Amino acid sequence: MFDIDRWNEIWNALAKNKVRSLLTAFGVFWGIFMLIVMAGSGKGLQNGVSEGIAKFAANSAFFWAEQTSEPYKGFKRGRNWHMDSEDLQYLRDKIPEIEYITPKNFTGRWGNGSNVIRGKKNGSFNVKGDYPDYVKIDPATVLKGRWINDLDIRDKRKVCVIGEKVFESLFDPKEDPLGQYLKISGVYYQVVGLIRAETQININGRTEESISLPFTTMLQTYNMGNQVHFLAITAKKGVPVSVVEDKVKEFIKKKHSIAPTDMQALNSVNIEKEFKQMSGLFLGIQILTWIVGIGTLMAGVIGVSNIMLVIIKERTKEIGVQRAIGATPRTIIGQIMLESVVLTTVAGYIGLSMGVGLLELVNRIIENAPTKSGDRAFFAHPEVSLTVAVSALIILIIAGLFAGMIPASRAIQIKPIDALREE
Amino acid sequence: MIQIENLHKSYVMGHNSLHVLKGLELGIEEGEFVSIMGSSGSGKSTLLNILGILDDYDKGTYYLGGKLIQGLNETKAAMTRNKMIGFIFQSFNLISFKNAMENVALPLYYQKVSRKRRNQIALEYLDRLGLKDWAHHLPSELSGGQKQRVAIARALISQPQIILADEPTGALDSTTSFEVMEILKEINDQGKTVIIVTHEHDIAAMTKKIIRLKDGVIEEVIKNGELQLFKDRVRTE
Repeated sequence: MFDIDRWNEIWNALAKNKVRSLLTAFGVFWGIFMLIVMAGSGKGLQNGVSEGIAKFAANSAFFWAEQTSEPYKGFKRGRNWHMDSEDLQYLRDKIPEIEYITPKNFTGRWGNGSNVIRGKKNGSFNVKGDYPDYVKIDPATVLKGRWINDLDIRDKRKVCVIGEKVFESLFDPKEDPLGQYLKISGVYYQVVGLIRAETQININGRTEESISLPFTTMLQTYNMGNQVHFLAITAKKGVPVSVVEDKVKEFIKKKHSIAPTDMQALNSVNIEKEFKQMSGLFLGIQILTWIVGIGTLMAGVIGVSNIMLVIIKERTKEIGVQRAIGATPRTIIGQIMLESVVLTTVAGYIGLSMGVGLLELVNRIIENAPTKSGDRAFFAHPEVSLTVAVSALIILIIAGLFAGMIPASRAIQIKPIDALREE
Repeated sequence: MIQIENLHKSYVMGHNSLHVLKGLELGIEEGEFVSIMGSSGSGKSTLLNILGILDDYDKGTYYLGGKLIQGLNETKAAMTRNKMIGFIFQSFNLISFKNAMENVALPLYYQKVSRKRRNQIALEYLDRLGLKDWAHHLPSELSGGQKQRVAIARALISQPQIILADEPTGALDSTTSFEVMEILKEINDQGKTVIIVTHEHDIAAMTKKIIRLKDGVIEEVIKNGELQLFKDRVRTE
């Protein structure tokens, strides 16, 4: 196997038939190239999405009220209802598994006009009422100033925290937004912070286009009473969020006189479930990648086998001569198998390298592209793991052996006399 | 050197069986220079293939150098061929992508002789045949006579006991043919047994013994002293 002469032999056989060797090799090259690029892209998609949501608390669930769908306790179906501030403490008392519970309210971009004005500039943005704890569920980077704090909540201060797009539209780039005032739906608020979302999950509009007010301020200013539009909850460590989700639904329904069997009245999203679904999706992508990739590779390998067969046919005489002057069947088999393995492995290795190279190039381009928050593509660090690369190589070598097997057995079936007789 | 008794060989082709060798008896001593003649279909190629262990036979015995050659598996046959027999073919059968020296060295490759050593030996043999300057040329760059000399060097390199030549001059013009025959004669003078198959009478006449086959058996054996007679007879025929 590590006999230099044998390698010489192979090199000669391949080098003397350059075009044929190249064409043969191309099939395998393409197969492995596609496999690597596809596997890498799948991984890139996964990485991109994972990075987009990774920092979001995985053990969280969200709730919002919808019309009821069943009559209950004298109420008819289709009743509009809403959660209220008292529910927060109520749930805390009833469900000890809750870690964080924060309400969130919205004033939408009503109408067509701008709802936010600063001097001569204006814009239309989402306005949300938030609690300090919210950033523990959906983390955000504070670029300037601070996030909403407990004093804001207690004193119902007229302050706001803005996203990047808000800053861009209402301020000059060099301006310091802190301490400045924005007129939001007719009321002035002082800017105390500028934030950038760390995740790609957006609730009621992208964070960069949103303005957050203290929750209590929003209730009072916009006359919302004690309504709660939206509830975010995280479960304590070790508790599946589904358990908490079910309990929350149970207690809220009980408290608001909603039929326990009403599946529509209290809608919810369970991030844990979404994560699981996402993982399933990526698993699917991976499996598909391998099926298609290995299929392409197989086509390449069959091509190698086919062309090796033609080579054997063409070299019948040569093989006959070699056997007449003393080559044993083993020498011939070894020669042909090794030729096939070398061809597939070298071609495959080049395909592997170029595939990895391409992924690396794409990665560079993505990383060098100017990215702003929220603009991040759902595609990051396309890569193939060492395991994938190594298994691809092993598959190649085995494939090469398989490709060589049929031609080799054909070659030793050639009787020297038949070969020599063939003119 | 070669002892063949009651040799039978038939080829089966579909439902037909072709009985080619029908109880052939043949003895060749060491150092003989023999030609086998016969019209096509007489079984001379079959005999050569059996002699060269390229083909098996159905019945009888074949001793080569005192060793019974029978039912060898491919590996053993290859090794025996490699050690005991040097082949020379009508169409030279050099490997096209190997240069003269590598072609000559090939039998030693199968004996696992190191590259350096076998190339050195190959050069010596090429030198003996006057082809040293052509050692690094590919077969396509050589003339017919030169190719056959390369092939002879390849047949000799493993120092076999017998040389089997199948129409060695068949593809050569008469001048070159005689040169090649001269070389074979020299080899024979050095003590090697040389057996050639030919249908050319003047080539056969240069050997020391002619075996004429007809219908699968030996029709006649013409020894050295009678060769002149044979030549005359051929002329009158």
